[in-house]
Amino acid sequence: MEGNRWRQALARTRRTAFGRLASLVGATDLSSAFWEGLEETLVQADLGIKIAQTLITDLKEISRAEGLTRGDQILERLHTLLLRSLEMVPNPEPEMRPLVIILVGVNGSGKTTSAARIAHRWLSSGDKVMLAAADTYRAAASEQLEIWGDRLGVEVITGQSGSDPGAVVYNAAQATLARDVDVLIVDTSGRMHTEHNLMAELQKICRVAGKVIPGAPHQVLLVLDATTGQNGLAQAQAFTDAVDVTGVIVAKLDSSARGGVGFAINSVLGLPIQYVGFGETLEDLSAFDAEAFVDGLLAESETVPRHEFPAPNPHSINSNS
Amino acid sequence: MLSAGRSLSAKQTVRRLVCQSWCAKMFETLTERLQGVFRNLSRRGKLRPADVDTALQEIRLALLEADVHYQVVKDFLETVREESLGEDISRSLNPAQQVVGILNRELIVTLGEPAPLTLVGEKPRAIMLVGLQGSGKTTTAAKLARWLRGHGERVWMVAADPRRPAAAEQLKVLGDEIGVPVFFDPKLSPPNLCEAGKEEASKGGASVVILDTAGRSQLDQPMMEELRDIRDAIHPVEVLLVADAMTGQEALRIAQGFQEPLGLTGMILSKMDGDARGGAAISMRVVTGVPIKFIGTGEARDALETFDPNRLASRILGMGDLRGLYEKAEGSFDMDQAGQQAARLLQGEFTLEDFLEQLAMMRRMGPLGKLLEMFPTGFGGANLQVDGNVAERQLIRTQAIIQSMTSDERRRPDLLNASRKRRIASGSGTTVQEVNQLLRQYKQMRRMFKKAGKRGMTGLPFKLR
Repeated sequence: MEGNRWRQALARTRRTAFGRLASLVGATDLSSAFWEGLEETLVQADLGIKIAQTLITDLKEISRAEGLTRGDQILERLHTLLLRSLEMVPNPEPEMRPLVIILVGVNGSGKTTSAARIAHRWLSSGDKVMLAAADTYRAAASEQLEIWGDRLGVEVITGQSGSDPGAVVYNAAQATLARDVDVLIVDTSGRMHTEHNLMAELQKICRVAGKVIPGAPHQVLLVLDATTGQNGLAQAQAFTDAVDVTGVIVAKLDSSARGGVGFAINSVLGLPIQYVGFGETLEDLSAFDAEAFVDGLLAESETVPRHEFPAPNPHSINSNS
Repeated sequence: MLSAGRSLSAKQTVRRLVCQSWCAKMFETLTERLQGVFRNLSRRGKLRPADVDTALQEIRLALLEADVHYQVVKDFLETVREESLGEDISRSLNPAQQVVGILNRELIVTLGEPAPLTLVGEKPRAIMLVGLQGSGKTTTAAKLARWLRGHGERVWMVAADPRRPAAAEQLKVLGDEIGVPVFFDPKLSPPNLCEAGKEEASKGGASVVILDTAGRSQLDQPMMEELRDIRDAIHPVEVLLVADAMTGQEALRIAQGFQEPLGLTGMILSKMDGDARGGAAISMRVVTGVPIKFIGTGEARDALETFDPNRLASRILGMGDLRGLYEKAEGSFDMDQAGQQAARLLQGEFTLEDFLEQLAMMRRMGPLGKLLEMFPTGFGGANLQVDGNVAERQLIRTQAIIQSMTSDERRRPDLLNASRKRRIASGSGTTVQEVNQLLRQYKQMRRMFKKAGKRGMTGLPFKLR
């Protein structure tokens, strides 16, 4: 059912899987134009040129070994290859209570919205949820989370602007124990993965959580903007080096971007994608579904030729605003 | 079905290859990679097509890894190819340097000249900021307001984002911090809100009003229409797209998606303080044809710089920001003093006081981490193996040690016996080992300078030349 919501969200902005590739397949044989078109599609999905080239080398080898001659056969194999590379399934949702989840990521990746949506998810499964606004740096970040808390009917622990985020986490963890909360979700400040001191601050946040609640944080989720390019790998690497990241949230997947760097992160660092975010409502966060993700990677968003500005595509009209 | 007998899974292959390429990328600049390509080429004359094509393959990888759009790379390489084939190999440069030079030149041309803000017409002049969610509009609005005020403008801001929770509060807090009034009215629709805001600003005597609009996807038609309504109601002098420097291949569609309905006048590239190459800028520039006006370089309110195509080109090519480094150095060094010092150094009169002065100059240039980032990737691995913050702390400790010495000791370090060293260590909060280490370093440097004085600069290790 979740996959459906996700697919519907994508259908608004994308044509069916293999949209443009399907037209390449019209040519019967595996011409160099076919391979180049394939490379272009993979690169434009932000998989990165190295992964694209590796996939194509593998596909060429497979086509030789199996005597494949048609484009559609290759695309089938590509689909299989991509799915196999995504074999890393999301970690099962932890059973222990209280459960502490910390969201990390660069500035503007979508942490606060994701925090609210994760809170909604746990509420829906009957858990008592608390939010902690450990972003004491950005102006009005606590207010933003408090508004979400009001809408969700969830208590939000905040700190003074500019105060130590570790203290907010400490208070929130204490409150979690005192009020018998099941799930504590911590929203942290956006930080560039190249800022040594801010990464150290993140380590402290995790340590503080673990001091109050042994074993915490149980989940550390890296929130990644779907439009991010190859720098996403550097982000994932740096955050993984600093703290025990357990999974990735690919946010804003309903944009025209396909989030291919999420695939790259999964392949290179072995980090599972836990959730994908899209749309505008609290429900618009789905558990990761490899099949839907791969379909989305290869789907063609409305094709707009360069240097021309064609009329808006009626299929892309977003119905929810 | 995959054919049987493959020893590595697709995933393992991908992981291995990417890891390799990553490591390779980190320690090699494009110039070095091309040097490999041209290793066997010692002839003079014109570059041969086959050589150029091999080089272009490397360049292609570098540009794609920097997130330049696939099609844009293709067109771009065609230009570089033609340019390269027409060019004689100069005597002073090797072919690799020459091709990189051509590439760099073309990138700079493509990125375009820096363009100032067009502040003309009736006051207050409106500047409209647009972009995706999370691209950095609100932070940029405040930075731009501060920048404009620094240039003598009376600035107001309008919080035109009633959608994201607390977006208006965020702008108000920022406005308070920098002393810029912020208009917001939750009862009004964004176009009406902007109109009312501009009117208020006009009454308040503003010369510039910055509209911070809500983030939106370029595919969201109703939301794009809202922007058009705002534009038509306000007649802004600038419509600036705020785009994340870390954006991937979609940068092209995003820029196009805002350009087509709105008619952008410029772009601001945000979050350039990370380690993204920023290739997205090229795609956006090519597809829109509008200039990049500013880049955002950090979370501080003053972290907004006017755009410089030279710097961005170097960064996209992984050549670091040497120009920026040079400017910083120039701004921080007292040239006369440095000159006198240099003369003494080369005569072997390098004292710990000179050392202290050099450390102080270095620290005036700003945080070491930021400086290290400006070095090219692969510049002796500088920015990868040295942690800026650790280096900074080390620098402070070294300064403390020297400052704990008497001036006699600084001029004649030979005076330092065990008891003096203990005093210095406790005075600076360090250990005798650290004091000894510093002295060893100092002696090494003094030897080096002396040598350099005798033989000219060739006596210096390569990195210091």
